[in-house]
Amino acid sequence: MHQQTLAQQSQALAKGDYSARELTSHYLQRIEQFDSQLNSFIAVTTEQALAQADAADAARKSGTVTSLTGVPLAHQDVFCSQGTRTSCGSKMLDNFIAPYNAHLLEQLQLAGSVSLGKTNMDEFAMTATGQSSFYGPTSNPWDALRISGGAASGSAVAVAAGLVAASTACDTFGDLRLPAAHNGLTGLKASYGRISRFGMTANASSFDQAGFITRTAEDAALLLQVAAGFDTRDSTCSQDTVADYNSSLNQPLSGLRIGIARCLFDASVDSRIADLVLASAGQLQQLGAILIDIELPHSAQSMACASIIGSGEASTNMSRFDGVRFGYRCADPADLDDLYQRSRGEAFGPAVQQRIMLGTHFLSANQYEDYYVQAQRVRRLIKQDLTSAFGQVDLILTPVTAALPRTASKTADPVSDWSCQRYTALANLAGLPALSMPCGQVDGLPVGTQLLAPWLQEARLLNAAHQYQQATDWHHSRPNGF
Amino acid sequence: MALTSSDVQTLAHLTQIRLEPDSLNDLACTLSQFADAAESIREIATNGSEPLISPLEITQRLRADTVSEENLRELYQSIAPATEDGLYLVPKVLD
Repeated sequence: MHQQTLAQQSQALAKGDYSARELTSHYLQRIEQFDSQLNSFIAVTTEQALAQADAADAARKSGTVTSLTGVPLAHQDVFCSQGTRTSCGSKMLDNFIAPYNAHLLEQLQLAGSVSLGKTNMDEFAMTATGQSSFYGPTSNPWDALRISGGAASGSAVAVAAGLVAASTACDTFGDLRLPAAHNGLTGLKASYGRISRFGMTANASSFDQAGFITRTAEDAALLLQVAAGFDTRDSTCSQDTVADYNSSLNQPLSGLRIGIARCLFDASVDSRIADLVLASAGQLQQLGAILIDIELPHSAQSMACASIIGSGEASTNMSRFDGVRFGYRCADPADLDDLYQRSRGEAFGPAVQQRIMLGTHFLSANQYEDYYVQAQRVRRLIKQDLTSAFGQVDLILTPVTAALPRTASKTADPVSDWSCQRYTALANLAGLPALSMPCGQVDGLPVGTQLLAPWLQEARLLNAAHQYQQATDWHHSRPNGF
Repeated sequence: MALTSSDVQTLAHLTQIRLEPDSLNDLACTLSQFADAAESIREIATNGSEPLISPLEITQRLRADTVSEENLRELYQSIAPATEDGLYLVPKVLD
């Protein structure tokens, strides 16, 4: 069962090959068997999962089903789940039982899916390694000596190891596409505004957007179909009509124009990765696409821009954690300042403290114009570059990242670890949908290609990725031993 | 752009984070690395380009000026560290 995709499981449940309880029990048994070595889950909600599976089986008998009825999913611990701890991988929220559900989880539960639990993540999604969670690092099932990538490390590793067929995740600068690529999976970040962020803990609010980590583009389409749409509780949520993502998957790619910016394939990219990514472009060309060279002259500034604006927004968002209304409070505070300072000093990990202080530094009066406002101006130029490129092409193809995941034992270089998102951050800077898909392996490790589309054109992304996956086998590769 | 231990102390004060004194030098070094990596942004000619604050440059929608939320104070205060009579408790500020 765990070798099947979400779409295959949906069909098998519909045919009666197995019940939702049998499928859920199978995954719970696999989590029990493997997750002590992977640490991909922070919480496994066994009783709730079995109850939801039974409800799904009963719904099927009564004829009220959707494509997700009885299908198990896992959710990144950044999404509030009512009655369950929602920690964001932080000691700060270790005692936080969410009083409501995130909109995304609500939609997926209404569609009849089963929640297996909450997945591990870098603390408040502020690193990209899978190493900074309060609950310990997530192991890479492809090579236990290497990092898994993050921030949505658990969501990726759980799918890669066959502990669930698909998971939800959040993406600020590449947090779901990067671990998807490192784990041989498909990662879809929706357009800014396409999925409501109500109940999704904020990191950098003008960048954060939800998405999915799946085995295939077809599975991502199934999930997006349920998740996308307007929600009054998110002021950035789009009221535009939701496309039919499933029906467009099988459109031929004849005449699809794909842009390639050669500046993104420079000497800083591992040549073996560059070759595989360009080979995936060649494969899309064989399927009928037309490759066109484009220019993205300000793309080299993506990480400087993301660092300055993202840390500024993060420092503001993190100010809500004060030890007063919810979350961690230090023992025996001497006074109010002591309460604030020790609560935040004791409960935030080093990476989060760094991000908060860096953001406050860039927002301070003597840095604000030269750095923060300048970065916002450059952000507009990056968006204009992409808009201009989409005047010539339908999709843009880039690497997901320039290097293989580093070894976990190597001393962390925070700047280098963060810079691995320089290609993925482009989509967040401009609010565009983007998808990573496996396109080959180097030294037995998966490598990903990234596709970007204009705003709200997820159907185009999913169509191209699905057609690519019909012609290639990389998305079928599994790590040994799982 | 090098940040000093003194800069880090100021930032720790502004961000209400209590740091161990022996962590200041390392933190100054890491923050300096991030700041250096962002330095290139100053060299970009933006030619009067307007700052982009949100990727969606749309007018915020309006809603009717009516009460739309129910009072969930008890639910939200059930997860607070300390409350009394509907109020959040903190150490005394005034005697």
